[in-house]
Amino acid sequence: MASDKPIKAAPTAKDFKGDVAPDWCPGCGDFGVLRALELACAKLGREPHEFVTVSGIGCSSNLPGYINTYGMHTLHGRALAVATGVKLANHDLTVIATGGDGDGYGIGGNHFVHTMRRNVDLLYIVMNNQIYGLTTGQVSPTSRIGMKTKSTPFGSVEGPVNPLAMAIVTGASYVARGFSGDTKHLAELMYRGMEHKGFALIDVFSPCITYNKDNTFAFFKQTVTKLEETGHDPTDWKAAIEHSMAWGDEIPTGLFYHDTSRPTLDEAEPVLGEGGPLAHRNLGVTKEQGAAIIRKMM
Amino acid sequence: MAKFDFAIAIGGAAGQGIATPGNILARICARRGLQFFSYNSYQSIIRGGHIFLTTRISTEPVTSHGDKIDLLFCLNQDTMDRHLQHVAPGGTAIFNSDTIKPGDASDGLQLCPMPVKELSNNNRNKLVQNTVALAGVLHLLGLEFKLLEEILTLQFKRKGQAVVDENVDVARAAYEYSVENFVPFSTPLPQKDKPLAQVGGNEALAMGGAAAGVNFYCAYPMSPSTGVLHWMAENANDMGIMVRQVEDEIGVINMVIGAAHAGCRAMCATSGGGFALMTEAVGSAGMMEIPMVAINVQRAGPSTGVPTKTEQGDLWQMLGASQGDFPKIIVAVTSILDCFNTIPELFNLVDKFQCPGLVITDLSVSEGYATVDPDDINWEQPIDRGELITEANDTGEKYLRYKFTESGISPRAIPGTPEHLHVVATDEHDEDGGLISDEFTNPHIRRAMVEKRQRKMEAVVSLIDPPELEGPENAEVTLIGWGTTKGVIEEAASLLTQEGIPTNQLAIKWIVPLHVEEITQALSKAKRTIIVENNFTGQFARYLRGETGFDADGHIRKYDGEPFMPHHIVDGVKEQVAGKTDLYVPYQEIVV
Repeated sequence: MASDKPIKAAPTAKDFKGDVAPDWCPGCGDFGVLRALELACAKLGREPHEFVTVSGIGCSSNLPGYINTYGMHTLHGRALAVATGVKLANHDLTVIATGGDGDGYGIGGNHFVHTMRRNVDLLYIVMNNQIYGLTTGQVSPTSRIGMKTKSTPFGSVEGPVNPLAMAIVTGASYVARGFSGDTKHLAELMYRGMEHKGFALIDVFSPCITYNKDNTFAFFKQTVTKLEETGHDPTDWKAAIEHSMAWGDEIPTGLFYHDTSRPTLDEAEPVLGEGGPLAHRNLGVTKEQGAAIIRKMM
Repeated sequence: MAKFDFAIAIGGAAGQGIATPGNILARICARRGLQFFSYNSYQSIIRGGHIFLTTRISTEPVTSHGDKIDLLFCLNQDTMDRHLQHVAPGGTAIFNSDTIKPGDASDGLQLCPMPVKELSNNNRNKLVQNTVALAGVLHLLGLEFKLLEEILTLQFKRKGQAVVDENVDVARAAYEYSVENFVPFSTPLPQKDKPLAQVGGNEALAMGGAAAGVNFYCAYPMSPSTGVLHWMAENANDMGIMVRQVEDEIGVINMVIGAAHAGCRAMCATSGGGFALMTEAVGSAGMMEIPMVAINVQRAGPSTGVPTKTEQGDLWQMLGASQGDFPKIIVAVTSILDCFNTIPELFNLVDKFQCPGLVITDLSVSEGYATVDPDDINWEQPIDRGELITEANDTGEKYLRYKFTESGISPRAIPGTPEHLHVVATDEHDEDGGLISDEFTNPHIRRAMVEKRQRKMEAVVSLIDPPELEGPENAEVTLIGWGTTKGVIEEAASLLTQEGIPTNQLAIKWIVPLHVEEITQALSKAKRTIIVENNFTGQFARYLRGETGFDADGHIRKYDGEPFMPHHIVDGVKEQVAGKTDLYVPYQEIVV
């Protein structure tokens, strides 16, 4: 089709680079996550205005300000609820939610569970640093037993959540783990998560270099392995669960679970069947619709 | 035609099927063009307990469930024991004489025992007593049996002809028995020309949403607001409305905010406890300047409170919803029809001013039913989305989401629009949406942004109708109410005027912004002012004083969970005129 506009080249990672420089601590794991996301978005081939990045509150939740997409920097723990609203209002958009372990698995835990069971077509990236960083170092839902923080000076006595196992049993249809020290691998997981139709969780080891002296870059470099190299079949639910429970000398990353059989919420919802995104439809009630309603009340 | 004013009350336990005879009678009235208002006093129980449905019928508009009961329809002994005393002189009580012992009827009161077993050929279905009593009621109201036959046929046709025949036969026997044994009311149920629609308050809120173009609705079930969810869910597919039941009210409002930001007209409804969970997000809509509407259908608080009872106890919760200063619009709807009309008006305001809009109402209206003239329901409401950008435009300038403007309103682009990329943030931000909360706090931009947001409110008050004194000029007493009490105060004022105490009313609907000048002006000449509200601490009285400096002469307050009846207000005014008190708390005679 002829167009007056010059033909634009496909977007590159540079097109997704925001104007604002991140204010994360130098060396923060979140830099690698941001870089991977820029690469993944470029690979997807959509224009920046077709993406919405939604976050909660925390260091990692500042990410929407640093990437060149539409962004929403919402309340602590609420990114998934807001992102669901955005996706259902305009299911043509690629919607990404980002945040930290406290934001997503702590205060936002309820939305985490229910967004997964609804299989909302989102990519959810959790920058998991096993600590509350922006509040200067308190225990988080993923901190290990015994971890000493400002709020657990004698060591935490609470067990951590296992977000991957939780995601697999709760209904997430794409469940992966990445490491911000391996940007290329992470970008590929993100790209495939966006390509996937359904809820995609990527839990990312994104070390806090200031407050977490346990789960450091060095720790993860020694322990992380890649599932791709083990011959793991991500459609095998039981094997996915088994791998998700692994922790210790070897901690697997990569794609744990992938289920393409379930419809997404927007596919399952009859109201979205035809007529395009809700956000662009005509508003209001026709006289005939109104008359039909009144007839039922007479 | 002389004014016909007649109240039927049906009492029984939950599960005894009160709704069916209630609906049938309501439908008969609405089809005859009679107006009614019905109030269902019930409890938070699915089976058992006590339910008492009062339907007041008239040839004129009905604005409350009134003061008297003319016909008591007893489905159990409890109803007889509790309410026979409330039947007005000349009234009637009808009941199943197999299971219910009559109480002591005062002079002139007709007792109508119905031998249900005999009339129904020993039918074991416990609901058969409803059909028997209903047939008796139709005779008492001077209605032909044919009408009941038609209704029962319609009601039971899904269950097959045998069930229809069985019910019609029982009803006919009961009707004939009544004709032989009981004296009908002297004035039969009138017939007017134009059939009316019967609308519930929650339905009206939902329908108003649909008319406003709401295409995204979320809720978590909570009495007494759940009816909005039910209507939305029922009509979602026909009307193209996305309806979601969400995990909690925090999720509800945040989902609504996401959808609203992406371009939908989005709404949610809850009650006080759910609204408490929503409050943080109300502020986020204020900060991100996202238009959305949340409805609080109040019930008796605090905490879980009395879930099935009414109160106006959440005013300060609404006023104070969320931390910090930000513009929000709060409106207290005044009647069932007003529920319908207010939602579209509020959406146009919130879209124009890009702020949250809060609706405050309560159980007395939300779960009430009233007749509405179908011609008064205007589905084709004007829809004004304000300065909304949905397509790329070549302005040549960089788009600034929070651009400083004289009106404070910055054009709003929805995600997906080329060339308008921006971030909306709950943190304080600059014109471009860049954060000024963390690394680069900036007191000058902060001040300008606070002022920009607040400046938007200046124009709102000129776009909404100020309250006006209704009733006689130079009245002895001016009653001031807010929201749902408008109807019952109107009736009390009229009764007082008839009894020689000229009384008028100032009914406040728009709470924020408040028409300070108009209210001050209207009250400046009032002789004796009394504020009527359904709470203990005089929440509106304190708000009014705070905003206007106006102190009322007296107060009538009720906080027992039941709505005002007209005589409660009449008595309260008389006590105050007699100088006995300046704070009257009426006694609730009907206990459910």
